[in-house]
Amino acid sequence: MAANMKAVKLRIKSVQSTMQITKAMELVASSKMRRAKERAETCRPYFRELHQTLQDIAEENTDFASVYARQASSDKCCYVVIAGDRGLAGGYNANVFKRLEADCEGKDYVVLPIGKKAVEYFRRRGIPCLTEEFAEVANISVADCFEIANLLCTEFKKGTFGHIDLCYTAFLSMLSQQPEVISMLPLMDLTAEDRERERPRHLILYEPDAETVFDAIVPEYLAGLIYGGVCEGLVSELAARRTAMEAATSNAEEMIEKLNLYYNRARQASITQEITEIVGGAEGI
Amino acid sequence: MNTFPLRIGTPDGLLFEGNVKRVVCRTITGELAIMAGHCNFCTALGMGEAHVIFEDFSMRSAACIGGMLSMMDGTCRVLATTWEWQEDIDRDRASAARRRAEEALARGGLTDREHKIMEAKLHRALVRLSVKE
Repeated sequence: MAANMKAVKLRIKSVQSTMQITKAMELVASSKMRRAKERAETCRPYFRELHQTLQDIAEENTDFASVYARQASSDKCCYVVIAGDRGLAGGYNANVFKRLEADCEGKDYVVLPIGKKAVEYFRRRGIPCLTEEFAEVANISVADCFEIANLLCTEFKKGTFGHIDLCYTAFLSMLSQQPEVISMLPLMDLTAEDRERERPRHLILYEPDAETVFDAIVPEYLAGLIYGGVCEGLVSELAARRTAMEAATSNAEEMIEKLNLYYNRARQASITQEITEIVGGAEGI
Repeated sequence: MNTFPLRIGTPDGLLFEGNVKRVVCRTITGELAIMAGHCNFCTALGMGEAHVIFEDFSMRSAACIGGMLSMMDGTCRVLATTWEWQEDIDRDRASAARRRAEEALARGGLTDREHKIMEAKLHRALVRLSVKE
């Protein structure tokens, strides 16, 4: 019995130290989240406007001189995947990959992973990566996004792939984050497929011409969307981690409670046994 | 004079949303003014001074660097990489940036890429200073 008591005591201690860690992680995540949330909230209107504007342009566009506006040259797809740097964030990373897998099934594709977990995942799966330079999602700045966008544009122009999609996690609230895939290029992908074909289109004037304008704005647009995706992804990761760690802490508390009960019962049992032994011994005299 | 809705957005947030009479920007091909009733239009922005004339005829200047301008169905959207109102520009910081860039360019020995970055930095600093003055 005494050995059992010792084992339970040890177990309680180990659960307690785990709980301390999860509690600390929860606090760290929630304090980091406040800043990340602010950043995501300031960036979100820009992200929306940018997407909306390009979508409007794509709907009305009648000038296909630019490579970005034309029908895709190949079926190959490039996914920009934004995942986390670390694990222990509940289903955050797994959900992104699951969403991606659902989207890219049966397609020929390459990826541009952002975030250590994404890099590791694609390396393990043997999926070709465009570059692994942007492994740390936490350190991505606007300038990095421009670099990524320029890289994507050069490859796109070369015809390495015909579509560019962005896979990120949208931050809906503290408790829910939704992994999403949105099309970025070519602009034709942005139009809704079910729109009526016969709708009159309003011509758009491009100054000086469509090709020059698209050449100038597309890298900007990609960079803006990627930056938006990174901000959203970061805050989603922290929110997911906070929720997961909160659950882990409360689970640990529950476990400790149960173990304490068990420990007390074992202690009581050993005392009872001792008394019985003494009483039994006294009677024998 | 008619007004039209204008939205100015940058990665640092939506800076302005409301009706204005006129917006003047520097695009990649030169200065350009948008007024109400413009046809659907799209162009890329260069680096330069921008002015917005509000409903009460007051004017605000800003340093606008890169991005796009679109006018779709009467709504104008200016999505810039950076857009700083005149009063938000830090003159000391801009002149320090100008000095640093000039020194680096004068010193030479830069790679092509660094040279380009420095030139862009100098250009931005000059735009900011010219708006501020």
